[in-house]
Amino acid sequence: MMIYLPIAEVSVNAFLLLGLGGAVGVLSGMFGVGGGFLMTPLLFFIGIPPAVAVATEANQIVASSFSGVLAHLRRKTVDLKMGTVLLIGGLIGAALGVGVFNYLKSLGQVDLLVKLCYVVFLGVIGSLMFVESLNAIRKTKSGKPPARKKHNWIHGLPFKMRFRTSGLYISVIPPLVVGVLVGILAAIMGVGGGFIMVPAMIYLLGMPTKVVVGTSLFQIIFVTGFTTLLHATTNYTVDMVLAVLLLVGGVVGAQIGTVIGAKLKAEQLRILLAIMVLAVCGKLALDLLIQPAELFSVGAVEGH
Amino acid sequence: MRAVLLLFLLLASPLKAEEVVLGLSQDQVSISTNFDGSEITLYGAIKREAPIPSEDPLQVIVTISGPNEPVTVRRKDRRLGIWVNVDAVNVSSAPSFYAIATSAPWDDVINEADDLRHTISIPRAIRSVGAWSQVDDPQTFIDALIRIRMNNNSYALKEGTVDLRDSTLFTTAIQMPANLTEGDYATRIFLTRGGKVISEYETSIDVRKVGLERWLFNLSRQQPLAYGILSLAIAIAAGWGASAAFRLLRSG
Repeated sequence: MMIYLPIAEVSVNAFLLLGLGGAVGVLSGMFGVGGGFLMTPLLFFIGIPPAVAVATEANQIVASSFSGVLAHLRRKTVDLKMGTVLLIGGLIGAALGVGVFNYLKSLGQVDLLVKLCYVVFLGVIGSLMFVESLNAIRKTKSGKPPARKKHNWIHGLPFKMRFRTSGLYISVIPPLVVGVLVGILAAIMGVGGGFIMVPAMIYLLGMPTKVVVGTSLFQIIFVTGFTTLLHATTNYTVDMVLAVLLLVGGVVGAQIGTVIGAKLKAEQLRILLAIMVLAVCGKLALDLLIQPAELFSVGAVEGH
Repeated sequence: MRAVLLLFLLLASPLKAEEVVLGLSQDQVSISTNFDGSEITLYGAIKREAPIPSEDPLQVIVTISGPNEPVTVRRKDRRLGIWVNVDAVNVSSAPSFYAIATSAPWDDVINEADDLRHTISIPRAIRSVGAWSQVDDPQTFIDALIRIRMNNNSYALKEGTVDLRDSTLFTTAIQMPANLTEGDYATRIFLTRGGKVISEYETSIDVRKVGLERWLFNLSRQQPLAYGILSLAIAIAAGWGASAAFRLLRSG
């Protein structure tokens, strides 16, 4: 069944969108990530204009994260104080990101920026996660307990604050910086940023793993919600019909994914996620390195 | 009185020997939720007061043109090992959709001078004022624009698809793709003999979003904040609804 999207102004198969939403939803439920980093490139592939894909995906992430946050709030695994600090950074970052986005759009380099961001971030995070979970699996096999977290340079910074839920007493600067970075990425790449925030919270801030996912989802909802409003009011690129189709598939898929995820071991999950992240990264890197079949592209004139 | 009437009749009488009488299968295209492209059938007759001239055979050209809009054409090149956009041409005006149907091969229906005068062929429909100051070879950019739009069916040149009978009746069908922009689509019919335009007829087809599509589109432009908040509300409701439903399923 073909359906016409009023804002994207293209006609696509409704079942394809439901299926895409469902598949990405399963993965996001399994791994506790928003799935934006997979969905946005997939939307490009099926012919949705990039600007509409990025803005609509932000809206869809709000939906898929909301049910997650509710579950975590019930289990009391959200550090609201840490989430708020991350959120303040995130809103600043989102505003900065939209500024950078619009500047590069005027230069015609926004596609390159988005793709380079994907390649660099997915490459770095994917490899780190892959190596780390391989090590973790080897350690559990040899029976050694995992190493205790050590004090590092982060604990020497000023403006310390107590985060009771996380059991931390650290400076507010690192979470603010993490928040800003994630906000910039959310605006530029159309992602929630969970795939960068979760590792940063574990390895950089030393937060306990059980509060990490809930807290990152809490921050993501507000940052992507803010990004959605920014795109809707400045670029008019949020497509409600597209968003609804994606999120119907997405929320159902996410619930199924959560059930599957609970049956797998944490290390196995992380290695699977790492492989997937590296695969997306590799595909995008190849697109940049191999000569495209069509060297020319047609776009709307900016500043109208 | 009679003299005045005669003068009036003389003035009103057709200046051209042959004229088009046109019918359209529809003069409005409604973009609804399940819109998947459209096919417009044009049929018409040639009205003449004198017998059919025996010189060159009569030919018909039909064009449908979407709203004109400025576009940017960008070219990629290799920089530091990766393919990036290096230069661009701003085309001042190009139709968002342009289809031509003719009754015979292009060279037999129109000569270059009349094509230029009436801006009929696809390259003539694209205006690229000032392109020469932007890059050395703007023509390759214009060619690329036409190639890309022909590949996604936004532009089409269908030679010999106008069915002309006895130099009097003609009919053709023009395909419009799903990715149409809203607006008035100028529809022109040219009658030619020996490559010269002898008569021209113009009407327009109204392409509009209707129903839910129209409402959502208008809301997103006129009240973007309300539209954004509504999008978020739907997203949150769907997220909450799904988790509540699944909790019920699991407990029940």
